[in-house]
Amino acid sequence: MGMKVGARCIAGALMAIVAGGVMHGCASAPAEPDVTDRAAAMLKSSFKARGQATMDRLDQDETQRLCSEYAGRTLPASTAETIEKANLATIRYPADGKLVGDWKSGEKIAQSGQGFQYSDDPKKSAGANCYACHQLAPQELSYGTIGPSLYGFGKRRGFTDATRKYAWDKIYNAEAFAACSNMPRFGQHHILTEQQIRDVVALLVDPASPVNQ
Amino acid sequence: MMLRTFATGIAATALAAFIGSALAESTTDEIAKYREALQDGNPAELWEARGEEMWTKPRGPKQVSFAACDLGLGAGVVKGAYAALPRYFPDAARVMDLETRLVWCMVHQQGYTEADATKTTFGNGSAHRSDLEALAAYVTSQSRGVRMNVALDEPHVHDMYRLGEKMFYYRGGTHDFACATCHGDDGKRIRLQDLPNLTKLEGAQKAYTTWPAYRVSQGEVRTFQWRLNDCFRQQRFPELEFGSDASIALTAYLAGRANGAEYNGPAIKR
Repeated sequence: MGMKVGARCIAGALMAIVAGGVMHGCASAPAEPDVTDRAAAMLKSSFKARGQATMDRLDQDETQRLCSEYAGRTLPASTAETIEKANLATIRYPADGKLVGDWKSGEKIAQSGQGFQYSDDPKKSAGANCYACHQLAPQELSYGTIGPSLYGFGKRRGFTDATRKYAWDKIYNAEAFAACSNMPRFGQHHILTEQQIRDVVALLVDPASPVNQ
Repeated sequence: MMLRTFATGIAATALAAFIGSALAESTTDEIAKYREALQDGNPAELWEARGEEMWTKPRGPKQVSFAACDLGLGAGVVKGAYAALPRYFPDAARVMDLETRLVWCMVHQQGYTEADATKTTFGNGSAHRSDLEALAAYVTSQSRGVRMNVALDEPHVHDMYRLGEKMFYYRGGTHDFACATCHGDDGKRIRLQDLPNLTKLEGAQKAYTTWPAYRVSQGEVRTFQWRLNDCFRQQRFPELEFGSDASIALTAYLAGRANGAEYNGPAIKR
């Protein structure tokens, strides 16, 4: 539909130029970058801060800006590489080098969608809400499908240092591996604490976790 | 998790019968059946009736009824009006959706202050009923069976459509979410809730033409303004202001994409 309207406007514009007349209907239709800027400005004038959800949430970082710009289109390989490189550089590791925590705590974190909404109590620790998008432990039937199933994550990949590191990195900043992924950057954006990330890593990679049974 | 929320709504007993088989078979199929069963007796009719009464009676400091209110098809004309909204209103020099236009009529014709007209945009139980939700339920019910026909050729509407499209893909906040994060792919669900793919015409049509809706989990009729407001809450954005330009741009985008589809609200939803 959007395409159709756009095509009609372009055709109208050409006809207007040929006819040398004033173009109606699409005369004010601005160039693409202008629409992007105006949309951002309109968003910022249409929201109000509420509780912990302050207005700076509408300010985009470079990754968000690029992913919005290319949404619905193919991301050029060079842009994808830029995004992944920049995000890879944000990943931090615990001082003690310990990446794996307690899978039972990890399961609780994976179940909880609390946190960062203006309706949430900011004093309570946030969840990762993994089940909203992923299958994990097979006992939980209420799982979403926006992301791939993670059932058998550790078992499939092998219980190795490489698997543990990948799980940490992916949770910390998913954009480092898949530019414009739908997955939040839990470490970089401080959604989860270091210990919480360890616990979710454990849910994925601990041989005793229900995810690997 | 979803089933737990579900049971707090009406018809919990009827639902209980579904739950047993729901886990055995496809849960979403069972929910569809449940929805169908309720479709015959949609509580939204209570909101429609209250809205109709409000529409016809003199109201506000000036004691003027909505007979003077032009929703785009002439003063007081309700039939088919919603199916052509949002539209550009020269008297307000603005593209407006239904709720914004209702507020405009309340302020400019009935003499309410803006604050009074928007005091209860979203109702919360019988003590805090929303006149706007009731009026919206009535007006939209009068477009049932009418094909969506938003005037995308009109330059102001067209501009809002394009801005709304940009906003649909705008990522932000702590979680990098955009509307498209949840509504950009086919056949996805969040937990057990099916997500319409609003980037496809079919998905946008099915979703848009079933708002407003009686939300079983809330016991309230919710409008499209509410739908947008609550999506952004879950996106971890600040609060979308009622009737704001962004809310109208997004509504223009989604309503415009629903063009050609038969309007079928107010519906009933989880």
